[in-house]
Amino acid sequence: MTKLPAPDLDGLHTRYPDVFERPLSAQLATPLMLLGAFGIFVFGLVHLGFSPARMLSGLHQLGWITLMMIPPDPGSSLPLYLTALGETLSIALLGTAIAAVFALPVSLLAAKNIVPSNIFRFPVRRFLDSIRGVDTLIWALVWINVVGLGPFAGVLAIAVSDFGAFGKLFSEAIEAADRKQVEGIRASGGNALHEIRFGLMPQVLPVIAGQVLYFIESNTRSATIIGIVGAGGIGLQLAEQIRVLEWQKVSFLILMILVAVAAIDWISSKLRFAIIGRRAVV
Amino acid sequence: MTIAVSILPGPQLAALNAAYRKSVARKRLRLTLGAALIFAALVVASVGAEVNLRTFFNHFGNFVSYFNRIFTLENGSRVWTDPGEWLWGFKKWAWLLGETMLISYVGTLFGAILAFALNFFAAENTSPAPWLRFSVKRFLEFCRTVPGIVFALIFVIAFGLGPMAGVLAIAIHSTGALGKQFSEIVENIEMKPVEGVRSAGASWIACMRFAVLPQVAAGFAGYSLLRFEINVREASVMGFVGAGGIGQELIVAVRKFYYSDVSAILLMIVVTVFVIDIGTGWIRGRLFGKDRHA
Repeated sequence: MTKLPAPDLDGLHTRYPDVFERPLSAQLATPLMLLGAFGIFVFGLVHLGFSPARMLSGLHQLGWITLMMIPPDPGSSLPLYLTALGETLSIALLGTAIAAVFALPVSLLAAKNIVPSNIFRFPVRRFLDSIRGVDTLIWALVWINVVGLGPFAGVLAIAVSDFGAFGKLFSEAIEAADRKQVEGIRASGGNALHEIRFGLMPQVLPVIAGQVLYFIESNTRSATIIGIVGAGGIGLQLAEQIRVLEWQKVSFLILMILVAVAAIDWISSKLRFAIIGRRAVV
Repeated sequence: MTIAVSILPGPQLAALNAAYRKSVARKRLRLTLGAALIFAALVVASVGAEVNLRTFFNHFGNFVSYFNRIFTLENGSRVWTDPGEWLWGFKKWAWLLGETMLISYVGTLFGAILAFALNFFAAENTSPAPWLRFSVKRFLEFCRTVPGIVFALIFVIAFGLGPMAGVLAIAIHSTGALGKQFSEIVENIEMKPVEGVRSAGASWIACMRFAVLPQVAAGFAGYSLLRFEINVREASVMGFVGAGGIGQELIVAVRKFYYSDVSAILLMIVVTVFVIDIGTGWIRGRLFGKDRHA
C-alpha cells in the first residue's frame, strides 16, 4: 500500500485563509454561549435553593413515599373515583368541542388568504396569542368565580384556552390550503361564502378534524389537573389524597389517569387514521 | 356566449344519476350517523360535567363584571389611568417572574440533559438492545403522561415548599417530552455516516458521538428551546401548589379578591410569554436559518 503524499498545508493556508483562520468572534461564539448557559444554570441552582443536603433528604423522603405507594389501592372509594374519571373525560370532550365550534369562524378572520389586510388580521392574532399565553389553570380560576366550583368551570376553562390554540392552528391550516379550488368556485360564479364553503372547507376539514382529535387527547391530560384548583374531575381527588398523604390511593389514581390517557390515545389515533388515511398528522 | 351542451340520452342518464345518488346517499348516511354519534357523546358528556346552561346565562354577567372589576382600581378609576398605582408591586412581581423563568430554564436544561442521555436507547436505529428500548420508552411515557403539577404536588411534600420542587417537576416532565421528540429525530437520520464510523472500528459511544450527534444537534437545540417556551407557561402555575414562581402571588390575589392585582400580574405574565415566544423564535431562526424551525 502506498502512502498518500503529505498535504501541502502552506499552500492550502494561502489559498483558503477563511477556512484556517476564522475571525476570533466566530471561534469564541460557541464556547462563550455554552459558558453563559452554564453560568445561568449554576446561578439558578444556587438562587433556587438547591443543595446536596436538601437533594439527599428529599430523595430519601421520595423513596419512602414510593414505598408507601405500593400496592395501589383505592380503598372503598372506587365508585367515587370512577365517577370523577368520567367527569374528567366529559370535561375534555366538551371543552374541546366548544372550543372548536367557536374557533372555526374566528380562524377564518386570522387567515392570510381570507383577510389579506394586515390591519384586521393583526388584532385577531394578538387576541388569540394572549388567550394562549394564559395557562388553563388560570382560566379555571377565573371561571370558578363566574359559575362556581365544579366541572362546568373546568369545561369553560378548557374551552377558552383551546379556543386560542385552535384559532392559530386552524388559521395555519387554512393558509396552507390550495388556492386553485377557490379560484374554480369563483370562476363558476360563487360568492365569497361559496368559496369558503365549497373551495376551502373540503380541504381544511380533515386537517381540522385531526387536530381536534389530537387535542381531545391532550386535554384529557389537562383535565386531570384542573381539579387541583377546584374545577372538577379526578384532579380534585388526587390533590386531596396527596394532601392527606394517602399514598396508596394516590398511586391508584395516577394509574387510573395513565390507563385513561392511553385508552383515549388509542381511540383517537384510530379515528384520526380513519379520517385522514395513513398520513402524518398535525 | 352560449354553447349547446349535448345531454346524454334519457335511460343512460337515469342510470348514471341513480348510481351517483346511491353513492352520495351512502356518504350522507355515514355523515349523519357520525354526527348523531358525536352529538350523543356530547350530551352524555354534558350530563357528566354538570353543564347547566341556566347557571351559565344567569352568571355570565359575572364573567363580564369580573373583567370589569379586575380592570378597576380601588378608588374606582380604570387601571390604565394610573399605571403607577396599578403596577404598584412591579418590582416584586418582576423578580418573581424572573424566578419563574429561572425555574423553567433550569428544569428544561435538566430535562434536556436526561433526555439526551436516554434518547439514543429509545430510538429504533441506535438502541443497543430491544428490552432496553422497551423499558426506556415506557419510562419516558410515564414521565410525559403524569402532569407536571402532580409531580410538583408530590415533590412539595418530599423536598419541602419552594422552587426546587417546581424545577424537579418540570425537569421530569421535560425528560419525557424531549426524550420522545429527540428519539424521533434520531430515527430520521441518515444511517450511512453511522456505517462509515462503525466500519472504521468505532465503539457504540463513538458512533453516537461522531456519526449521530452532528446530524441531530440542531434539532435537539430547537426542540429544547420550544420546550423552554412551554415550560415558562407551566412554571407560571407551579406556585398554585407552592412550588415557587409567580403563581403563588397570583392565586393569593385571586382568592383574596385583590382585583387590580390579578390583572396586573396576568398582564405581566402574558407580556413575558410574548417576549420569550419572540426571543426563542428569533434564536431558532438564527440557529438553522428560516427553513428548519422545529
